Amino acid sequence: MKKIIPIIVLLILFVIALFNKSQLEMSAGVSILVTILLGIAMIVVLILTISGRSIERRIVFLFIGVSLILPFFMNFTLPLQVSPEVRTLYDALAKLPKGSKVLASYDYDPPSAPELQPMGDAFMKWAFRHDIKVIIIGLWPQGPLQANLSVNAALADPEIAKHPPKYGVDYVNLGYQSGNEFVIQGMGTSIRSKFPSDLYNTPYDSIPLLRGVENFSNIDFVFNLSAGYPGTVEWVQIAVDRFGVPVGAGNTAVQAPQVYPYVESGQLTGLLGGMSGGAEFEKITKEPGQANTFLLSQSFAHVVVIGFILIGNVALFMGKTKRRPPIG
Amino acid sequence: MQFDIGIWIGALLTLGIISFLYKDNIIYKISEAIFVGVSAGFWFIALFWDNLYRVFWIGVFPAANTNAKPQYILFGGVILGMLMLSRLLGNKVGWISRWPLAFIVGATAGLKLITYLASNALSQINATVGNFVGAVNQPTFAGLVAASTIAIGTFCGLVYFFFSKEHRGWFGGLATIGTWFLMVTFGASFGYTVMSRMSLLLGRIDFLLSDWLHLIK
Amino acid sequence: MRREIPLIITFIAGLVFVVQYFIPHPPFDAFEQVFTNWFAIVQAFAIWLGALSLMKFSMLKIRRKQKDWFMSVIIIVGFVVMVAYGAYDGFAGMHASPTYSFRDAGTHFDWLYQNIYTPLTSTMFALLAFFVASASYRAFRARNLQATLLLIAGILVMIGRVPIGDWLTSFMPAHYQASNLATWIMNFPNAAGQRAIMIGIALGTVSTSLRIILGIERSHLEG
Repeated sequence: MKKIIPIIVLLILFVIALFNKSQLEMSAGVSILVTILLGIAMIVVLILTISGRSIERRIVFLFIGVSLILPFFMNFTLPLQVSPEVRTLYDALAKLPKGSKVLASYDYDPPSAPELQPMGDAFMKWAFRHDIKVIIIGLWPQGPLQANLSVNAALADPEIAKHPPKYGVDYVNLGYQSGNEFVIQGMGTSIRSKFPSDLYNTPYDSIPLLRGVENFSNIDFVFNLSAGYPGTVEWVQIAVDRFGVPVGAGNTAVQAPQVYPYVESGQLTGLLGGMSGGAEFEKITKEPGQANTFLLSQSFAHVVVIGFILIGNVALFMGKTKRRPPIG
Repeated sequence: MQFDIGIWIGALLTLGIISFLYKDNIIYKISEAIFVGVSAGFWFIALFWDNLYRVFWIGVFPAANTNAKPQYILFGGVILGMLMLSRLLGNKVGWISRWPLAFIVGATAGLKLITYLASNALSQINATVGNFVGAVNQPTFAGLVAASTIAIGTFCGLVYFFFSKEHRGWFGGLATIGTWFLMVTFGASFGYTVMSRMSLLLGRIDFLLSDWLHLIK
Repeated sequence: MRREIPLIITFIAGLVFVVQYFIPHPPFDAFEQVFTNWFAIVQAFAIWLGALSLMKFSMLKIRRKQKDWFMSVIIIVGFVVMVAYGAYDGFAGMHASPTYSFRDAGTHFDWLYQNIYTPLTSTMFALLAFFVASASYRAFRARNLQATLLLIAGILVMIGRVPIGDWLTSFMPAHYQASNLATWIMNFPNAAGQRAIMIGIALGTVSTSLRIILGIERSHLEG
């Protein structure tokens, strides 16, 4: 029986994948009911844990899966506060006069896209709307292609589509260059030496936007999206501290806590940390996107994880962690 | 009927990896083996085109319609690289792979020496002391508390990491305060790590629910 | 000479990068440019070494018919398919008009990357979400003051960084609501602790780098 259940579940999924054409959405009442049921299930876990029977890890996995999946079918949002470091980055961008040149370094690959792509999309839409010129580069191989996804998302916006930005004049994609922090170092002297042509093999000197752009002294701001090495740390160490160009960054949530010292010292002009940072940036730039959609699922998952931590500690304090067979 | 072979393969591989949560099984092992092989292949070919072709080949044989001169000195890099591959031939010949390794380690050490000193040590110390002195000179309660928290936390954290003196007496007290700050730091990192991992999982769930099952937009 | 030549190479490479930081003018900028390009080329060979070692190990496993040798067959097939299509698309793109890159949308390599590599990599990382939750339930206990501080900070940051935190603490004054508490933790105690770690690592890096460049530290030349 145990072996048949996964096969049945798979077959159901295959049928849905092949034939389903309609979207599922829960009404407000059903959403609340489902939330209450999840809460009741957590209370059952609490009672079982206090009575000395810890929950098997597969049940914990099930709770996480359910708490992440169900909010996708719910249709409500909660108000979001914008944190000071996000506001700092936005204020720095907002102060740039029209026509300013921003170097956007997309230093991540598709696995980190759920956290960083919303930031990139919001930035690109905002830049095109406010006549900020964008020079895209990547220190990770897939970065420039992720940047193209941001460009496409921006061009799909109806208001931007009325007056679409022109490639080579309003934005350009110089592609990827290997060499990690050595690329940043080289750009301090000559951007052309590191990116002799753009992603489509057009020579640097043939691109109107790049006329007069020799090195960092001709760049007004650097907007970096980083998932690791090379990334924000290298941009701060070389571009900020050696060449003096202001850098603002979006980081994955794993990396974000480590760069707070740079924010506090002023080396980094603002920070978007993880998906919540992306959602806050979407809010402050008024460019709604995917981060805000995912935030409800994120909220449920965090509450469930906190619930499990508290359940484990309540059981510890009540001193009833006897060794009995686990449930599940 | 809707059937995109690429999405189906992506979905099946995703489910194959997720099946590990139930228990280790042959489907997971196959998915993992595909992952290992494809990752190795990806980096192999990506570095061929991005590093060897774009840097070496274009550098030595520049296109006719550019003004660039051939840089034959790039052959030095290729020679070092070939020496690296000698490791595959065993210890008798493999010792020569130490030369390119020495180059990589030396170049990295040289760059990191200065950048870490400037950005991660001096700038940070400057900010800590500077902000504290600034708060003392123009005191507001909030500013003073903020600057003091940072200064005390940084100093006590550094005391904790100083293992050349025993952590006893007043020194031990400072180290204990440092431990408290470090615990808060690790707790914050834990919270953000949970957020990050949940975000990655949300990306996969979104792919399955929207692109594969069409249950959401 | 087996020992001396690598030490000389380390010294020269390190010295060039230290000097060019302060003197970015000729001839040091030329040295830096050459060494940067050499670094990129050697980096490619270093990854090739890893990939080819994996293939060598997999082939040995198949030949000796060790446990799970069939998985090694899959590893080799995956590797060969990715490299073959990447090479084909790269060469075809070079000779096409207009030229295109091997990773451009629509190539075979891009198809493999989007539909095989990306789902596998993303899901491998995503699995950690489940294990983090399970580990939190089983092991995260406030047994002493330090563990309690860690736990409280973690909980406050987790609840403060999502909108539900402010909704749950909406009855409190604004400064004490979850998001503001999380912001305070990140910007002050977390920044202080991270700064202490950063300075410690920086000092360690400086001393190790000096030792490596001067040839006192030789562990990277062992083996």
